Amino acid sequence: MISDRPRNNWRGYLFIAPATIYLAVFSLIPVAFAAYLSLHRWHLLKSDHPFVGWGNYTALAANPLFRGAVWNTLVYAMASVPLGVVSALVVAMLVSRPLKVIGVFRALYYIPAVCSQVALSMVWIWILLPEKGLISYGIRFLNLLAETVGSIGGMDLSMFHIDLSTDLLAMRGWAMAALVLMSMWIGLGPRMVIFIAGLQNIPETLYEAADLDGCNRWQRFWYVTLPQLAPTMLFVTVTTTIAAFQLFTPVYMMTQGGPQRTTDVVSFHIFQEAWRKYEAGMASAQSYVLFAMILVVAVFQIALMRKGLDREEAAQ
Amino acid sequence: MSRRGVKIALHYLVLLLIAASTVLPFVWMLFTSLHGQRAELPTMANLFSPAGGYHFDNYRYVLTYGELPVWRFAVNSVIVTTGVVLFQLALCSLAAFGFARLHFRGRNSIFFLFLLTMMIPGQVLIVPLFLMVQKLGWLDSYWGLIIPYQYLSTAFGTFLLRQFFVTIPHSLDEAARLDGCSELGVFWHVILPSSKPALATVAAFAFIWTWTDFYWALLASSSRTMRPLEVGLSAFRDSYGMTCWSLQMTAAVIVLVPVLLVFLALQRYFVRGVVTSGIKG
Repeated sequence: MISDRPRNNWRGYLFIAPATIYLAVFSLIPVAFAAYLSLHRWHLLKSDHPFVGWGNYTALAANPLFRGAVWNTLVYAMASVPLGVVSALVVAMLVSRPLKVIGVFRALYYIPAVCSQVALSMVWIWILLPEKGLISYGIRFLNLLAETVGSIGGMDLSMFHIDLSTDLLAMRGWAMAALVLMSMWIGLGPRMVIFIAGLQNIPETLYEAADLDGCNRWQRFWYVTLPQLAPTMLFVTVTTTIAAFQLFTPVYMMTQGGPQRTTDVVSFHIFQEAWRKYEAGMASAQSYVLFAMILVVAVFQIALMRKGLDREEAAQ
Repeated sequence: MSRRGVKIALHYLVLLLIAASTVLPFVWMLFTSLHGQRAELPTMANLFSPAGGYHFDNYRYVLTYGELPVWRFAVNSVIVTTGVVLFQLALCSLAAFGFARLHFRGRNSIFFLFLLTMMIPGQVLIVPLFLMVQKLGWLDSYWGLIIPYQYLSTAFGTFLLRQFFVTIPHSLDEAARLDGCSELGVFWHVILPSSKPALATVAAFAFIWTWTDFYWALLASSSRTMRPLEVGLSAFRDSYGMTCWSLQMTAAVIVLVPVLLVFLALQRYFVRGVVTSGIKG
């Protein structure tokens, strides 16, 4: 019986103490310290750290480079989140059929997610390499096709000829597109797994009812699957967005923010500010801007978590 | 073939194409690593048949290369990852037991705070953590690599284990208590033995996150001998430029093999972890 145990068991505090102290020291104190840093001009190699109030923040608001970094981050998120979510849903539905060896496919799709992003970035550098990369083979094929066919309906196909020496990572737009594609590929597995679980949780009776109403496959998807999947969708979208806002390693490895700062996302910008210019105060102010961006998205997730806890409490 | 048969065949074809996109890059990596050191970047034509046969000696060369001793990076990675996994398992399981099994004032609020720390972006923590670790004198030491930057493992691990612990029947605790077990005894003799899959999940995630962590490891290890594999691998790009592909891919394979083995062995635990956080969250 739970009720005859003391309501306030002090031993509980002993059990949670190590982890709580750990999180207090290594996440709450640094969060507060970062706020403190952000109000100072704090150069890592200088000993005086003058207080500047909101100075760093107002400087950031007026700084076109930082505003550009925020913009790049939003562009990246707006492209990679819908693509990532939709592709994962499609794949989840493909592997939700009761077919043989489907488990093997699920496992294979998960592999990039557990891999070192430094190593994956190296592979992507090769994929995008001019003249010798994987994509250049595709381009070679397309060029050949265009040459062989010559023209379609009087339209000369040679205008579509692509120069093999084109370095995609050095082209505005293409570098960003490469990062988006790569993120879709890396994050496929975890997103797919969440969708699979969400699909399994849809009661079969709903589909049976839809069949009785004469729904076709598309209608089944639109009127049963999608609405039932809404909470899963929200969760996946929020977590994907939070991850997208923090993109770092592929940018560090593949583009260093270039070309012309088009892939200079906030995380990479902060890295440069802190470890190349040693401006820890300014970097902290920038990190708080990133924090605010994430919180705007995270409120949805926080509300979901709160609801889950309350539901459990009510059930106990 | 029947219409249904064609459909299923098409289905498998699509599945295979997607699988090719996630697997072939690794095949390319593996075979590139077997090309000669001074060889050009392999083409599609000679990828599987390098000039002069397979150069397995690349692996010995990379592992013992004087300026970038990969065996040393590997030892560092093993020490750091083992330390993190053991430390986090202890922290998380104790806390999760408190949150799942004992009643005390403020329990839910504190647990909610744990969840909230998962929203903090690493970027906010890294500069102050670096300054703190510098003050502690932990820079360029195993302490600095193992202890500080693990808030995600702690919060996520505690959450995951708590979700599992609450599903263990209370009757087991009661029986143990009647036998004279203390709270710690219940934790050790009842809860932990029946939670092996959940513990494996937490260990699997802590392992992967630490093994593949780049940002913190880059800052916390400055000397050559303290680098973990992930940072050492990025140094390969810096020191060779993008010229010596075979050696770079050799290093990349060395980094990836342990991760892939752990993933293949603990696959279902990864799935469980992702699903628990996604559905019950």
